[in-house]
Amino acid sequence: MVDVTPHGADLIPPAEVGEMDLYHPHSWWTKYVFSQDAKVIAIQYSGTAMAIGLVALVLSWLMRLQLGFPGTFDFITPEAYYQFMTMHGMIMVIYLLTALFLGGFGNYLIPLMVGARDMVFPYVNMLSYWIYLVAVLVLVSSFFAPGGPTGAGWTLYPPQAITSGTPGGQDWGIILMLVSLILFIIGFTMGGLNYVVTVLQARTRGMTLMRMPLTVWGIFTATVMALLAFPALFVACVMMLFDRIIGSSFFMPAMVEMGEQSPHNGGSPIMFQHLFWFFGHPEVYIVALPAFGIVSDLISTHARKNIFGYRMMVWAIVGIGALSFVVWAHHMYVSGMHPYFGFFFATTTLIIAVPTAIKVYNWVLTLWRGDIHLTLPMLFALAFIVTFVNGGLTGLFLGNVVVDVPLSDTMFVVAHFHMVMGVAPIMVVFGAIYHWYPKIIGRMLNEAMGRFHFWVTFVGAYLIFFPMHYVGLVGVPRRYPELGDTAFIPPSVHTLNEFITIAALTVGFAQMVFLFNLFWSLRNGKDAGDNPWRATSLEWQTAGTPPPHGNFGKELPVVYRWAYDYSVPGAPEDFIPQNDPRPATQGGPA
Amino acid sequence: MAIALVLVLVVIGSVLFHVLSPWWWTPIASNWGYIDSTLVVTFWITGAVFSAVVLFMAYCVYRFRHKEGQKAAYEPESRKLESWLTLITAVGVAAMLAPGLYVWKQFVTVPKDATEVEVVAQQWQWSFRLPGADGKLGTSNARLINSDNPLGINPEDPNGQDDVVVEAADLHLPIDKPVKMLLRSIDVLHDFYVPEFRAKMDMVPGMVTYFWLTPTRTGTFEVLCAELCGTGHGFMRGIVMVDTAQDYTTWLQQQSTFAQLTGPAKVGALVDRAKAAATVE
Repeated sequence: MVDVTPHGADLIPPAEVGEMDLYHPHSWWTKYVFSQDAKVIAIQYSGTAMAIGLVALVLSWLMRLQLGFPGTFDFITPEAYYQFMTMHGMIMVIYLLTALFLGGFGNYLIPLMVGARDMVFPYVNMLSYWIYLVAVLVLVSSFFAPGGPTGAGWTLYPPQAITSGTPGGQDWGIILMLVSLILFIIGFTMGGLNYVVTVLQARTRGMTLMRMPLTVWGIFTATVMALLAFPALFVACVMMLFDRIIGSSFFMPAMVEMGEQSPHNGGSPIMFQHLFWFFGHPEVYIVALPAFGIVSDLISTHARKNIFGYRMMVWAIVGIGALSFVVWAHHMYVSGMHPYFGFFFATTTLIIAVPTAIKVYNWVLTLWRGDIHLTLPMLFALAFIVTFVNGGLTGLFLGNVVVDVPLSDTMFVVAHFHMVMGVAPIMVVFGAIYHWYPKIIGRMLNEAMGRFHFWVTFVGAYLIFFPMHYVGLVGVPRRYPELGDTAFIPPSVHTLNEFITIAALTVGFAQMVFLFNLFWSLRNGKDAGDNPWRATSLEWQTAGTPPPHGNFGKELPVVYRWAYDYSVPGAPEDFIPQNDPRPATQGGPA
Repeated sequence: MAIALVLVLVVIGSVLFHVLSPWWWTPIASNWGYIDSTLVVTFWITGAVFSAVVLFMAYCVYRFRHKEGQKAAYEPESRKLESWLTLITAVGVAAMLAPGLYVWKQFVTVPKDATEVEVVAQQWQWSFRLPGADGKLGTSNARLINSDNPLGINPEDPNGQDDVVVEAADLHLPIDKPVKMLLRSIDVLHDFYVPEFRAKMDMVPGMVTYFWLTPTRTGTFEVLCAELCGTGHGFMRGIVMVDTAQDYTTWLQQQSTFAQLTGPAKVGALVDRAKAAATVE
């Protein structure tokens, strides 16, 4: 059985923390702007991430307009298309998803869920956000720089990323992109060290590792991975910056550039790909693991049932995290690396499907014999499972080296990664916002707008990305601004592209409703109370909502049980908070 | 409730789309039918898993949705069930991986009798080189590239003199003869992609990559670049024609060799240039 309650659950004396342990803001500026409170930093991170995410969303509309109706929009030249594509991808992966899951949810939820007053290094935590903001501003500035932003694709493969045939390659675009990434990684490292040390050192008494909510496990593991993976991207960015600015040849071989001999000699373009994907593949799970953790808690809370197989879920998270460091070259099966690597990386890649499948089974088995409340967080969690299973299974095509050969670099890949690391984690982001907004703001989000948002987003996103796999199966390559007259592509593919564009614009519109709801409900939402979902974890047991500075009033909570005591037989209510010391008959298991 | 219905519709819709939609791969023109078969096996296994999981979810939502007075079961874990599910998944994964690796072994093992054809990519066009009468391609070097020697063929290498150079024109291949495509780029990354051949591989400046195939059907096939190579990426097209043996010979006889294209005077200049490049390096 799971470690549900300590043997001989004697009452643990309350812990008082002196005032001196806490940082207190002394002015409006230090309370709301240069704040060291993780909750404020979380909101700053989330707000910035969503603002820049909105830019990425608009860029995706422009790309879809071009793909659905090529030749209609004169301002979308091939250069512009590649710039939109590159910025869309980079923003979504790094500046939105990574920042939102770790900087946003991590900051808000880790201290509250482990029963800490704040992150352990509040000042560094504040710096983390401000450096992130500068990174975002540098990125945005490239839109206004001479030559515009880089159009090298989010993978930034050299040599083309820094040569004149690519938008921004010999202008400011690529330089600003690399500088922005370097800043992002510096900022992230400051935050990331905080999250890890807080989880390891600042848990309240009774909060053993195996009692932590899976949300914390997901964010914690993802952060450890990010701290190990981002350095690879960091050095790759620095080296490419050297190649571009001072003419070094880390990644640049002897080659010709637009008919002229280039001064470079001896560099290896494939080395960049190894560095990039040594970061890039763990990055997929840096986004996915927090989503895995959060969705587990959403399903458990809203199905009023413990997460099925908690220990297996923890080990699956840790196992996926570890395995994700030995699969990176499955992005490079047709890169020209030694073909025998394919045997190794296909095997590791398909092995990672096993712990991932276990997670899916345990989510759906949590629904089995539950008491499923079809709230907005639950609906988004269900949508996550559908899209994640779909995207995960197409990963078995692309991971299985020889099947990848015809599909790689086609729209099948675009459909796959959007489904699995675009749509699926964003479903969790939405579910999580509907779930925790009441704690952050003290008011519920509007239900009607939320349901409209859910239905259009879920059905629409599926209609965008499911058919897109088949466009790739036909053989349509990715990163083509238009297909032209291409014999093997039937006219019906163009019709399908128009359909996908219309679906994408519709889904985009629904996000405006969601954003409106976020602002509208600030004042007009129903009063939430402290624990509207009747949830067990500590963030719902705070003194007051939104939680005050220091989170828990004078005494830190003491934890007596795991986070999943829902519908315990014999208990008077269908949930027992983690800090409830009573034995089963009065509230907890014996 | 609507969600249970929509989940069922997602499964039915996806399966019907797969079976009925007109969008499927283009008819194959190479020996890589194995790849298609492995892909079909993967579709069946993953399709079954997707349907089973989503239908199970739909049933759970329908059967266990909240009603007044309902209480969920308390069931932290079941080691037996979890072990079984792990085992079944591992078997399913192995069922896809094993044929995948088996076919990959074939993909990376070039037959001894394969003739070599070199593809040279540059922003944004395709050129080709065939080994000529001696059956050997001469060496090449990016530093030797200039307007008289666009492919950077080494003028001092006797093997290169009879190489057939097809600059920015169509490539022809004889049917039913295995070919090893040697892939070279003189500027940025490219990828030689003919959808009907199924095979593709990146071309990387500074190295020679390869794949092999046996064309199995005559016809005209489009070459597309499948690795982002700058502004002209979407327009970097070429043509491969698969010919009968007779047509192929006719075409080959109309092509020029490296020596013919350069002429003795130019070869001298190129040799000087090659020596200069060698001393620089």
